[in-house]
Amino acid sequence: MKVKQISIFLENKQGRLLEAVETLGAAGINIRALSIADTADFGILRLIVPEPDRAKQVLEKARFTVKETEVIAVLVSDRPGGLAAVLRAMSTAGINVEYIYAFVEKSAKHAVVVMRTENIAAGVKALAAASIPVLTAEQVYAL
Amino acid sequence: MARKKYLIWDRAAECMPAAKRRALQLRRLKATVAHAYARVPYYRQAFKAAKVRPEDIRTLDDIRRLPCIGKPELRAGYPFGMFAVPRREIVEIHTSSGTTGKPVVSGYTAGDIRLWGEAMARAMTMAGATPEDIVQNCYGYGLFTGGLGVHYGAHRIGAMLVPISAGNSKRQLTILQDFGSTIITGTPSYMLHLAELAAEAGIDLHKTKLKAGLFGAEMWTEHMRAEIEKRYPLQALNIYGLTEVIGPGVAQECPAKCGLHIAEDLFFPEVVSPETLEPLPDGAVGELVLTTLTREGMPMLRFRTRDLTSLERGTCACGRTLVRMSRITGRSDDMLKIRGVILFPSQIERALFEIKGLEPIYQIIVSRPAGGLDEVEVRVEASRGFFSDEVRHVEEFKRKVERHIEQAVGLRVKVALVEPKSLPRSEGKAVRVIDQRNL
Repeated sequence: MKVKQISIFLENKQGRLLEAVETLGAAGINIRALSIADTADFGILRLIVPEPDRAKQVLEKARFTVKETEVIAVLVSDRPGGLAAVLRAMSTAGINVEYIYAFVEKSAKHAVVVMRTENIAAGVKALAAASIPVLTAEQVYAL
Repeated sequence: MARKKYLIWDRAAECMPAAKRRALQLRRLKATVAHAYARVPYYRQAFKAAKVRPEDIRTLDDIRRLPCIGKPELRAGYPFGMFAVPRREIVEIHTSSGTTGKPVVSGYTAGDIRLWGEAMARAMTMAGATPEDIVQNCYGYGLFTGGLGVHYGAHRIGAMLVPISAGNSKRQLTILQDFGSTIITGTPSYMLHLAELAAEAGIDLHKTKLKAGLFGAEMWTEHMRAEIEKRYPLQALNIYGLTEVIGPGVAQECPAKCGLHIAEDLFFPEVVSPETLEPLPDGAVGELVLTTLTREGMPMLRFRTRDLTSLERGTCACGRTLVRMSRITGRSDDMLKIRGVILFPSQIERALFEIKGLEPIYQIIVSRPAGGLDEVEVRVEASRGFFSDEVRHVEEFKRKVERHIEQAVGLRVKVALVEPKSLPRSEGKAVRVIDQRNL
């Protein structure tokens, strides 16, 4: 129920994001989802890709600082209040969400929400208790 | 056993009783002063301005009556104005890097080249070099003195020399493994760079035959030594020298690692206050001033090195009686004054070394916003050691580094994280400080 996410350190410098995605493109790695956390002097690029280990390798070879982290991905129906149900489940269980990002699935019926919690297992348990479908890694990479 | 551990090239000179050496130094000083005065117009004028004559040198302490000379005076004589012999007797030229203006030209007679080889043979023997050894010389060859200094020393000893010069790291690693080099020479930052590349290529440096390294040409710290000795199976020893005086070989650390033995029968050291030029007692940190005692082509009387160090006398565990200088802790012209606080880049470096997860590579940017106070930014590389995918963890780490530096140097600085391998690694001298203030 855990999905591997790769995070890349980006110095706030023109062209670095481009270099990172070009490196993945050249290796034939397709990006499924992405988000950027940015501060005044650096950014952290977070990616969901089908082959996280290989993506990490090619990026490190291109001298990026890369880290693999685990996240939870859930399917949410694409309608008002859909995300609220997910967050309510976490809040009820007293679980802090460190960060969250979402993308709309190709069929446009569902949205996929990617979440990072301090304790991934506890997060997955809280979602299961609220009957919210958690996606497996394979399901996410195949989206 | 103890004898075997400490090799000595010239026992008579290096272990000479102090009183006997002082007599020798005085004899040589008198001769050098007379030679410089007779042959170099600059010295004649400077002596006249200081109201001193060669015959006023009666004791070693009288050296203090002579005026000091610095880089600006040497530059004024560019290119050949400081030579004390006819140009046809000069057989080789070296120059300083010239990063701060016109380079200083150093001219060597055949005798000076022999002297240099002798000083380097002492230094390299001190580090353990014998005719059995293979010396991989990663100092740059050319006008820079590092490459040829080691070259002449290795020849004098009869060691097998690999004049690979600086750069081409892949070839360095191949040769290091295939030839089985036992001694390596270069800048300490290059050695760390090479170790990083070796790790990336999956090469275990501990399987190499390296036993000693002579590292210098830039300032480095005890922490850097520990790092190098962790990554290579060798004793990392400090070598010191300057183009203006001769090149490397002026001083060298022995495996007892308690300071660098100055070849003081050849190069006479003084430590003075950088502000007043008053002599400082042994043990006190000040600017090193050097006088050549046997150099023919370009005698140097009281050259201000700008390097900060202290002197210690007494017989070393290795048996040498030569005075020892401490590792260079800063340069009197590298000294930054920030919001009234004195800061040496080496202080920042030491502070960074104490933080786990940081590479010992950094750059300091000093700026003065319009109408504002000086700001110091310390750039360090975001290595895997501390990188987290959460902004708050990275920010926390940054603040931890900032607090640590503030505690160590008494100055608030801003830490900026930059991409790995983006800061300069040097093969000659690394630019560690960028001062953007218009002072």
